[in-house]
Amino acid sequence: MAMAQTRARTLLLTPAGLWYAALLLFPLAVVLIFSFGERNPIGGYAPGFTLEQYANLPARFAAFRNTLTLAPLGTIAALLIAYPLAYYLALRVSVRWKTMLLILVIVPFWTSILIRSYAWIYLLGGNGIPAFLEAIGLGDIQLINTPFAVLVGIVYGYLPLMVFPIYVALEKLDKSLLEAASDLGTPPWRSFLQITLPLSMPGVLTGSMLVFILLTGEFLIPAILGGGKVFFVGNALVDLFLQSRNWAFGSAVAVALIVIMLIVVALYTRVVKRFGATRDDVGLM
Amino acid sequence: MLDAYAETGRDMRASAETTENQDAREDHVAEFINVSKRFGAVLAADQLNLGIRRGEFLSFLGPSGCGKTTALRMLAGFEEPSEGCVRINGSDMSAVPSYRRPVNMVFQHYALFPHMSVAQNVSYGLRQRRPRMAKAEIATRVAKALETVRLEDFGGRRVWELSGGQQQRVALARAIINEPTVLLLDEPMAALDAKLRADMQRELLDLQRSLGITFVLVTHDQEEALSMSDRICIMGGGRIAQVGTPQDLYDRPCNRYVADFVGKANILSGEIVERADGCARVVLPSGAEVLVSEEGPDTRRKIEIVVRPEALGIGVAASPGDAALKARITHRTFLGDHTEYLLEAEGIGPVQVNLPRQAERASGRHEVGDEVHILWAAEAGRVLAAEN
Repeated sequence: MAMAQTRARTLLLTPAGLWYAALLLFPLAVVLIFSFGERNPIGGYAPGFTLEQYANLPARFAAFRNTLTLAPLGTIAALLIAYPLAYYLALRVSVRWKTMLLILVIVPFWTSILIRSYAWIYLLGGNGIPAFLEAIGLGDIQLINTPFAVLVGIVYGYLPLMVFPIYVALEKLDKSLLEAASDLGTPPWRSFLQITLPLSMPGVLTGSMLVFILLTGEFLIPAILGGGKVFFVGNALVDLFLQSRNWAFGSAVAVALIVIMLIVVALYTRVVKRFGATRDDVGLM
Repeated sequence: MLDAYAETGRDMRASAETTENQDAREDHVAEFINVSKRFGAVLAADQLNLGIRRGEFLSFLGPSGCGKTTALRMLAGFEEPSEGCVRINGSDMSAVPSYRRPVNMVFQHYALFPHMSVAQNVSYGLRQRRPRMAKAEIATRVAKALETVRLEDFGGRRVWELSGGQQQRVALARAIINEPTVLLLDEPMAALDAKLRADMQRELLDLQRSLGITFVLVTHDQEEALSMSDRICIMGGGRIAQVGTPQDLYDRPCNRYVADFVGKANILSGEIVERADGCARVVLPSGAEVLVSEEGPDTRRKIEIVVRPEALGIGVAASPGDAALKARITHRTFLGDHTEYLLEAEGIGPVQVNLPRQAERASGRHEVGDEVHILWAAEAGRVLAAEN
């Protein structure tokens, strides 16, 4: 019995275990080792043990600043747009329309993010929205190649990842709890704050984590819509590994990003958990 | 012991009712006035007219889909009547949302807030009041409410740590702490096991007596309704079939639906051959003649009779004075205090007879396959009104 269980566990976990070991743990270890090494004069990595690369991190301050302002901003913006949408889809729309609208939310995923981002170049570029704004007399506004353009691209690209976890959390919400709140004298807006919002926090947490973590590694959208002016850490990494071939410094930047990300995620989780439901099985979906 | 108490309590109320009925201005805490409710093409409630008396324990009884829950939800304000109006304390509730109604509900699956402790759940209603109630006052009332449901030491617990019975007490405490005009109970016992249910029923009754609050219960369990209610409102197909005390409904069911739903009933068809005040001589399909009671003017000749299994007897030979029907015993089930016999009566079909232990001891035990006579005392049966 115990042996059969052990065997089942081995069978179930081996593929994923091998996968993660080969493609996550091993590369992470390599990156960590490289980050303490030196740049080979002809490019690449030269063995060594120095903290020089870490001391040099401020050289990429702009990339960190952009990532750490636009990733949280993008997450918050996506959350503010996604929550009402998810709420509508989960609690307000009739069953007939629900599936259709849910499909519409994921339709953008059917096209490559690259192509969709190019579409935004046109929309935000000189002949797009700015031309329209100028025509109605709002003056000459630069949109493309600004942090705003990157933000728009980010929110657009990552919205479905935020909508779905929140939708699922709200869908799971026992509607009789809202009736109970109303029965006990709570007007609708207050029962939203006291019941719906706290109980949907697991979805908010999951969605925000997904979006934030993926955003910190983002490089495509800043490259296309930021026009080389709005650099993310992801762009710095592309540059360091592929252009200047400074693998040691690149590794240090990557390690620093991972550490910062872990700290932010841990803090965020604590805050949300305190605010939201504390029951273990609704903690994380 | 408690059951005996319930019995006398009910009888007292039943006799009060007769005099009350003569008083046109009854004290109604809530009323349904020509209330109908449509969900799309489905008519969930059809022309309900009902007054709920102050302080009574009223049950809506019926099978699922009969409209009983819809009626309760219209009282709570979760559903708006499509026609007619609901009144509470004499005022029309049409424009009053559920959060402003002086009623509270115990939900079928309790609907406790999972992200709050027991005390936070119980105090929830008080904490919604504006202007705000003093914290100390809330704490006192929570302690008292938890004491009422015997959960004194559970205030700090998480609701999902509690058993089903405890959760239900929390739901009850959360409702009664607000001192509602009417307490609504939506099948509150459905999720409890049989033993716990019996305890809870008794506790609910005690609570209702000590609080003096009007209780309105929705249930599909006829035993629950019979044992707890002052009055029962039997529903079927969105309509009220009959309203009355449990005894009324059992002894004087107005139609086949009610007779069938409340208690066990033999329903036989027959033809009236002679009428005399309150009585009718009826000939059954087998040719046997029985004397049954009948109320009100009725001109039908072909009628249906309800006769309760315990009103019949079994004899080896027909005894004088009783109408007798020849029958063969097909099933015999010993149930402790009484024995259930299922018989196939000649020309009539299956008939159930319940013999109390004593009667069986006197007449001797009957076996499956025995050819016997069903003994029918004068006026044991009752003519059923036509169903509309």
